[in-house]
Amino acid sequence: MTGTDPWIVAGEAFSSRLVLGTGGISSMEVLERTVRASGTQLVTVALRRIEASADAAMMRVLDRCGVRLLPNTAGCRTAREAVLTARLGREAFGTDWVKLEVIGDERTLLPDAVELLDAAEHLVDDGFRVLAYTTDDAVLGRRLADAGCAAVMPLGSPIGSGLGIRNPHAIALLREAVDVPVVLDAGIGTASDAALAMELGCDAVLLASAVTRARDPERMARAMRSAVEAGRLARSAGRIPRRWHAEASTQFEGLPQL
Amino acid sequence: MQLTVNGAGTDVPDGATVAAVVEGLVAGRATGHGRVAVARNGDVVPRSAWETTRLTAGDVLEVLAPTAGG
Repeated sequence: MTGTDPWIVAGEAFSSRLVLGTGGISSMEVLERTVRASGTQLVTVALRRIEASADAAMMRVLDRCGVRLLPNTAGCRTAREAVLTARLGREAFGTDWVKLEVIGDERTLLPDAVELLDAAEHLVDDGFRVLAYTTDDAVLGRRLADAGCAAVMPLGSPIGSGLGIRNPHAIALLREAVDVPVVLDAGIGTASDAALAMELGCDAVLLASAVTRARDPERMARAMRSAVEAGRLARSAGRIPRRWHAEASTQFEGLPQL
Repeated sequence: MQLTVNGAGTDVPDGATVAAVVEGLVAGRATGHGRVAVARNGDVVPRSAWETTRLTAGDVLEVLAPTAGG
């Protein structure tokens, strides 16, 4: 196994386990270099009022890079808003994939579990492939999977915080609780956070700010690509157990009396 | 007649279509028509219905286009 063995979500296989968000990117030129350096095959995009939207260059870059688009519902606070935004995304981008995001608090941008599950149920019924941004709660994750979500995407810490994975145990429990792919989404600050997500058993990592707002986005994209591959390899290699005391790696047998 | 388009009061000729309003907003922008989506009073108006959907006074339109997002 290599670090790039494929994962499958909504029936589609991806060899890259890095999902890239475009939010926060400084220019279309940087976007193209960053997407290519990351090796990603799945990229999130958003919809805004046309006066505030990106110009057509962004879509040209993403089309040229050959990535699949994952429209989000960022900024939605209710199931009704999220369902309508997902439908508008389907219309604009021509895909029934959606990163479902329903926010319950402006300061923390934490998901609203009640609205999220309601929106997920509606969108699954409407034929969407729902990748749900959620908390690291294993019970909620299971409810989303049972509702038919294609993937559950727990946060490591609040969006854009760069605080990494605050509760690795919760992510590991969520991984055990569902059969659909688990994508660590939000909170990644640097490469070791992405590697940890993979070591905990996540199928992929979704990040935006950690790369787009890094001093050198292209270089950080390369770092994240390596980290995700390294973490995946380490997970599949089977790490040693943690011990309270030392365990010598050099044998005692034959130790001379000096 | 008066509409609300992307949060702003807008005057359009009676019987104007969704297509006409979109055309007015897209003109002069580099966005192009390619990836625009429209909601009217909280429901999607599919692109195929833009030409045939006539607006009525007081309609609330949201005309959206792609942007970067995480």
